[in-house]
Amino acid sequence: MFRRTLRTFGSQPQGVIGLGLLLVWLLLALSATQLVPYDPLEQGLPPARAGDSPVRQAPSSLYWFGTDELGRDVLSRVLAGAHISLALGFISVSIGLVAGSTLGLVAGFYGGWVDGIVMRAMDALLAFPGILLALVVIAALGTSIQNVMIAVGIAIVPQYARLVRGLCLTIRELAYVEAAHVVGSGPARLIFRHFLPNIVPPLIVLSTLQIGQAIIYGSALSFLGMGAQPPTPEWGLIAAKGRDFFRKAWWISTFPSLAILSVVLSFNLLGDGLRSLLDPRMRMVRAADQRNS
Amino acid sequence: MLAYLGRRLAQLVPVLLLISLIVFLILHALPGDPAMLMLAGAEGGAVSAERIAELQEAMGLNDPLPVQYGRFLLGILRGDLGESIRLRTPVTEVILERFAFTIQLSLGGLACALLLGITTGVLSALRPNGWTDVLFSLMAYFGMSMPLFWLGLMLIFLFAFQLKWFPPSGSEGLDRLVLPSLTLGFVSAGAISRLTRSSLVEVLHEDYIRTAQAKGLARHRIVQRHALKNALIPVVTIVGLQFGGMLAGAVVTETVFSRPGLGRLVVQAILWKDYPLAQGIILFMAVLFLSANLLVDISYAWLDPRIRIH
Repeated sequence: MFRRTLRTFGSQPQGVIGLGLLLVWLLLALSATQLVPYDPLEQGLPPARAGDSPVRQAPSSLYWFGTDELGRDVLSRVLAGAHISLALGFISVSIGLVAGSTLGLVAGFYGGWVDGIVMRAMDALLAFPGILLALVVIAALGTSIQNVMIAVGIAIVPQYARLVRGLCLTIRELAYVEAAHVVGSGPARLIFRHFLPNIVPPLIVLSTLQIGQAIIYGSALSFLGMGAQPPTPEWGLIAAKGRDFFRKAWWISTFPSLAILSVVLSFNLLGDGLRSLLDPRMRMVRAADQRNS
Repeated sequence: MLAYLGRRLAQLVPVLLLISLIVFLILHALPGDPAMLMLAGAEGGAVSAERIAELQEAMGLNDPLPVQYGRFLLGILRGDLGESIRLRTPVTEVILERFAFTIQLSLGGLACALLLGITTGVLSALRPNGWTDVLFSLMAYFGMSMPLFWLGLMLIFLFAFQLKWFPPSGSEGLDRLVLPSLTLGFVSAGAISRLTRSSLVEVLHEDYIRTAQAKGLARHRIVQRHALKNALIPVVTIVGLQFGGMLAGAVVTETVFSRPGLGRLVVQAILWKDYPLAQGIILFMAVLFLSANLLVDISYAWLDPRIRIH
């Protein structure tokens, strides 16, 4: 069974490419402290050609990605920033996953007025488009990378609540679940034996795609000055600092942006690969979507 | 149809109340005291405790929270969102002054997204797994994974500085709308393209398409007359959602292109700690997004009578 699943996954090029790319980034993030050619915070590195200014040096054999506006090595900063963005993705999605799924499970399992209250609250949160809800939370908590994780996590709570609730409504009507209910299975047994196994695969797909989205949101917030603060080597922040010099020093903003692009791409490819892998079950997601609308 | 409309509007009321409550609570969960912020902004330097207490009383900050919330709600109903601490003008006035820029940008972005997304989606679906399909899929993936700000910077660099086709920033005139709209549209185009593709591929397998083929209709006529209309229904349903994405994306895009819209202003308001302004803009954008979704749902129900009954 497991081997067959693995083979199906292997026949999906996008999933394999995504997984490979992600593993590369995880390795880079974990070994960044050993890999960085220079201290990511050290300013005014010696110029590659004698007599040049140490700041905004073009990419060279000495500084592969060039140096930034303070003469720091962009490659070292990009490598040192990998764990920040990956952590942001995983942590904020964990927040959204735990809080959202719990709310969705409670709403979908009990129905009635509980469902009504939870889902109206989710509707209200969904009325703040995309990054705006995260902005609201940042406004309340203050600007820092930890608060970005919390803000992005809260911003994606409704997505999980809606998905899980819709799935629960579908599962509740499955013949064997009804049968289990009729023979007297309690709520705990129903949830763990029948609901969770049906809910987990779609949650894995959604979470993979959401991690990519969370990294985009997080870097955008840092780009706007609402997230990581200097001199943190956060990718969105590096890109923001390089923005004013883009005409003459395109590399400062471009390399961290390419890093964001490739990490997010890896999650999007992997998520789509997993989705087609779990396709028979995804039919249930589509049914859940129709119920929600 | 009227009954459906009434039901939809009634559903909006609790949501709107909740939104206003969330936005209101933010202002009051904040560490800074609005009265002190206001005085510090106006008079500078040290602010006497009496002056703060005086203003707190005048602003009604000593009343219990429910009373303050009630007053806030009444204010909204009268179109009064308070006064901006930084700009020293009523928030409503500031919003009315600037929201046109954000609407133009969102609509421009939406137009770009639909044009790019539907065209590439249809071309992909006509030859699934052909080279155009692979190419457009790749483009869609890149679009969905790309940071908006970098795309904006690249477009400015290429089309404004290198080719000098468009001005790099600003707000006046249609030519200044092209680059930001493209930036905003490209990201959503990916999602629309993939949705169009999968939907059209599915429709092309329907029985009535085979019937049309059997009676000898040309391929392009089948796609135009029979398939596309049905295939685009799912695309229409997500237009409202995409409009929300445009409003959110405007926050980043307006900053990159230095457009004086609401998206850029809300970021500045938060950084300035100008909470009445931030609160007003966020409330306004949420209502705008809700209205867009309502409009889409209504037109959808109008097109498809089955929806009105449920």
